[in-house]
Amino acid sequence: MKKSPSSTKRVDPRKNYLATRKAIGYVDRKDAKESDYQRIGFMSGLEVHQQLKTKEKLFCRCPAGVFHSNNNYHAEVIRHMRPTLSELGEYDGTALMEFKTKKEITYRLNNATTCTYEIDDTPPFPINREALEYALEISLLSKLNIVGEVHITRKQYLDGSIPTGFQRTAILGVEGEIQISNKRIGLIQLSIEEDSCREISDIGHKRIYKTDRLGMPLIETVTHPECLTPDELREAAEYIRFLNRSTGKVRTGMGAAREDVNVSCKGGTRIEIKGVSHNRWIPELSHIEAFRQWALLNIRKVLLSRLSNPNSWSTTYKEIDPKELGIENETLLAMHEQGYVVVAALLPHFGGLISHFTQPGKCFISELTDRLKVIACIEKPNITSPEDIDAPLLGNDTAILESLLKADENDAIVVFWGPKEDIPTAKDTITERCQMAFEGVPRETRRPLPNGTTLFERVLPGADRMYPDTDSAPIPLANDYIQRLSKNIPTDVAERYKQMKEWNIPADTHSYLLKKNLLPVIESLVNLGLTGQFAGIFLGHRLKFVEGQVPAHPDFSHSRIVDMFKFLAANKLDKSLAKLMLPVVYRHPNMDFESVLTSIGFKRRSKDELLAPVNYLVEKFKEITICNKPTPVTTQNWVMGQLHKQALGNISLSELRNSINKNVENN
Amino acid sequence: MEDIFQGYKGKALEVLKKFNVRVWGKTIIDTTRGEFRGTVLPRAENDDDQHIVIKVDTGYNVGIDIVTINSMKEVGYSKATYKIPEKEFPYKEGQPFVKLLGTGGTIASRLDYRTGAVIPAFSPGELYGAVPELADICNLSTEKLFAVFSENMEPEQYKALAIAIGKEIENGIDGIIIGHGTDTLSHTAAALTFMVQNPPVPIVLVGSQRSSDRPSSDAALNLIHAAYTAGHSDIAEVMVCMFGPTSDEYGFLHRGTRVRKMHSSYRSTFRTIGNTPLATVSRINGVKPIIENYNHRRKDRKVNILPYFEEKVTIVYYYPNMQPDIIDSLVDNGYKGIIIAGTGLGHINKPLYPAIRRATEKGVHIYMSVQTLWGYAHMYVYDTGRDLMAAGIIPAENMLPETAYIKLGWALGQTTDREEVKRLMLTPINDEITKKEPYNGYLVYQGGVPEVEEFIKKVRK
Repeated sequence: MKKSPSSTKRVDPRKNYLATRKAIGYVDRKDAKESDYQRIGFMSGLEVHQQLKTKEKLFCRCPAGVFHSNNNYHAEVIRHMRPTLSELGEYDGTALMEFKTKKEITYRLNNATTCTYEIDDTPPFPINREALEYALEISLLSKLNIVGEVHITRKQYLDGSIPTGFQRTAILGVEGEIQISNKRIGLIQLSIEEDSCREISDIGHKRIYKTDRLGMPLIETVTHPECLTPDELREAAEYIRFLNRSTGKVRTGMGAAREDVNVSCKGGTRIEIKGVSHNRWIPELSHIEAFRQWALLNIRKVLLSRLSNPNSWSTTYKEIDPKELGIENETLLAMHEQGYVVVAALLPHFGGLISHFTQPGKCFISELTDRLKVIACIEKPNITSPEDIDAPLLGNDTAILESLLKADENDAIVVFWGPKEDIPTAKDTITERCQMAFEGVPRETRRPLPNGTTLFERVLPGADRMYPDTDSAPIPLANDYIQRLSKNIPTDVAERYKQMKEWNIPADTHSYLLKKNLLPVIESLVNLGLTGQFAGIFLGHRLKFVEGQVPAHPDFSHSRIVDMFKFLAANKLDKSLAKLMLPVVYRHPNMDFESVLTSIGFKRRSKDELLAPVNYLVEKFKEITICNKPTPVTTQNWVMGQLHKQALGNISLSELRNSINKNVENN
Repeated sequence: MEDIFQGYKGKALEVLKKFNVRVWGKTIIDTTRGEFRGTVLPRAENDDDQHIVIKVDTGYNVGIDIVTINSMKEVGYSKATYKIPEKEFPYKEGQPFVKLLGTGGTIASRLDYRTGAVIPAFSPGELYGAVPELADICNLSTEKLFAVFSENMEPEQYKALAIAIGKEIENGIDGIIIGHGTDTLSHTAAALTFMVQNPPVPIVLVGSQRSSDRPSSDAALNLIHAAYTAGHSDIAEVMVCMFGPTSDEYGFLHRGTRVRKMHSSYRSTFRTIGNTPLATVSRINGVKPIIENYNHRRKDRKVNILPYFEEKVTIVYYYPNMQPDIIDSLVDNGYKGIIIAGTGLGHINKPLYPAIRRATEKGVHIYMSVQTLWGYAHMYVYDTGRDLMAAGIIPAENMLPETAYIKLGWALGQTTDREEVKRLMLTPINDEITKKEPYNGYLVYQGGVPEVEEFIKKVRK
């Protein structure tokens, strides 16, 4: 059955998306200039998480850094989380939202990495002193004011990522700073904390975690929001990563370092993009987020121009039977068919705003669909609209809904669906998010996607979720202990940059050298009499190349490279041999160096032995050359080519060349 | 007058006074380790006098070493009041009336700055604020009888509780919940079983293993289970209601005489020893009896309240090389009853025999229980057992040592007549002695065995 469309004039969602994108002045990051960031008041800071390289976890004696696959577990435990009060007697906003979602959390436990502490069936053991010490060293390096007494605090997490419902965490220092290329970035604080579970799945009302990573020691360095461009932000992130790594006491590899990126634009609010695992993602993510806020502020402006008193705004919901109404949209029909409740909503004054640009490829409807998924636990797709930019409701269906809801062209229509028991929360969620549009940018944490866009994750928690840990006693940090620690901290990263410049180490190696904490190795090599430049290039080019070509051996450590150069010096072998030895040493770090030499086919030769065949070779070249007449230079080059491999390590190549040249000239 | 330096003492107190900074004062502290800003918090009594605690803007607490302080300046003041939101407990027509008697414990709690620990919150309004689901189960009222930690629950409190329960029953209540710390929960449960006999309504003791100040606490679910049991269950007995598995799934109802705390910290710490639990309880399935033979709920208001207790009773946990002077000194100090937790089937070593004989002659009542917890005292099996009985020790069958202790105190509170005490001790009131131990009454599985591991993985704990 077809009803004649009474259709009011509706915007074309795709065109509207592009028009609003242009209206707010969105530019792609590759085209963005500093003035674009000034225009929108880009401001950002970081929370850098870094795992510490300890043997055991922070509050129990389970091993740290042992991981299991999702199905490798011995038992499961189920928990539900409910909000509790903070120390100051407030319920936290996130906490209440998480409670609304009523999730059943299942933990998969593997006996190798889990004890009764992880599942909150035993109180914490005293804090891991090794971890505390590493974290204090990094605090000192970060020029923080070190506290006099460490107080373990509970930070509530009701998403279930920690079975207790809170993370044990403590501040070690406040107000430090780091020096990036053109400015200083202030640090708010550094805390030590236990890492959370790894999520296996999150579908509907059931979420599954594994507990292998849970409880591993982690530090969090928090900067002030003083980075004014995405590039500055990335630089700060790199700096902190290098600083952490310079101690040699932190973990590396997948997931060992994660950033939370805080972004706001002028008039926006602090949004936390959580768990960015690659620094190279930071610029794009922060760029898009700042513009998302800029877009939301534009939506607010439009709304306020249409309705001066937002308090009078309200929605109308109607549960519908799409088939009975004659709706043709296949998704709606299918959802209703499978027993879901389908709800049509009238959003007054939101006409043209549902398809308003928010992020590349996304419009305002994304704000709604994300929240339906997270808060009402309705899997996507869970909403559509005539203004959906991907799969909009078409003219006929729109007309039916318009007449049902008595919508005019200033109003928007959305249709969502879900299990009956989730519909009340879904309605609240839609109403709440639309009301927030009048305010501007809701405070939330967002999940990063590789393409630079983000998804709604949670309402941003505040200081209200902190509670003293009544299970642990405060830990005093006496002056002499702190002084002793500060004597042993590594060189400042800013200082390291200067050093590399002084040594004339090419700039393309700097990041690699810092990331791998190779400056101490360079220092050792310089102490052996090598130049800093040679050492820098050897590590920054040759080692990096070898790493990419040769499978790593777990026993390999950089001290082996120092040993290799010591061996060469002790045996009066030329350093040029190191280049050939490195791949072997890297693959077989336990092989003795003599055997390494054998395996690369090196034979010890005196200079005379090496030069003995020169005359023969000169004659040979005359025979085989295709040139009409060999010149001394071509002869020298050819002979050099024949001998240089054997000479490597025995005499320096320049010495070989000089000798050959002399020989040829005398010939 | 309000203490403006709450919890601070000695040198730290001097520093606060010197710079004129109060607890809850917002302060800027200049130290040799740099500047700190935050609100001064109260300090726990047992912490040292070398540090001042502040809460910084981000919500964390940090301590400042007073030797590093150059100066402090108070720049504001804001006192926090920690309060669970109180909402009036709604009355719902047709729901059973349940009374919650408070003794202490951690069903709902708030922070105590004095000790740094948590203290219970209790009013119906507070409980409703913390566990709103209760309103859909019963019409709840509360009375705080005492506020003591579990380890301080003693005979005086047992008696007061028994009398209070009697009154509530008389007044027509449909069920009673007793909030209790978990350490001695089973002792109180045993005492109430003996002191409140033949009750017409459920009497449910409940506690929590994780304080309710944490999101994963078992307090709310235990309380919900207890309220459901008290209001709706047909089982009119003294019961302990605590987690069945460690997961948030269902609770067990244990008979007050056969239950024991078996792990120092697990949620599923309470286990029925030597039998199956009485029933399971969950929000979805309600109360499901496991043992079919129980005391049913009645409309009448008859109950036998027997609030008696002799305090000079003790438990002796036997160990090899125990000296007779242990027994002698108990006798000399006027003890009237001794429960021995013996080895194996109920044994102690020979050198103690004369001391036992002497004690019996002096009129001390001695009963033998087993430290194996599971199983009966079988004193006929070996000669040693027969000798002991000849010396005056009476085997207490499969009564748990703690239950036997409570029962002997209760019996001696009523009579000192040997035969009458023996009759009271050996006549079970509610399964403290059972005629038989079912095969599934002893299940302590050992990990590592493939079929056990498979069971754990599949069924969950």
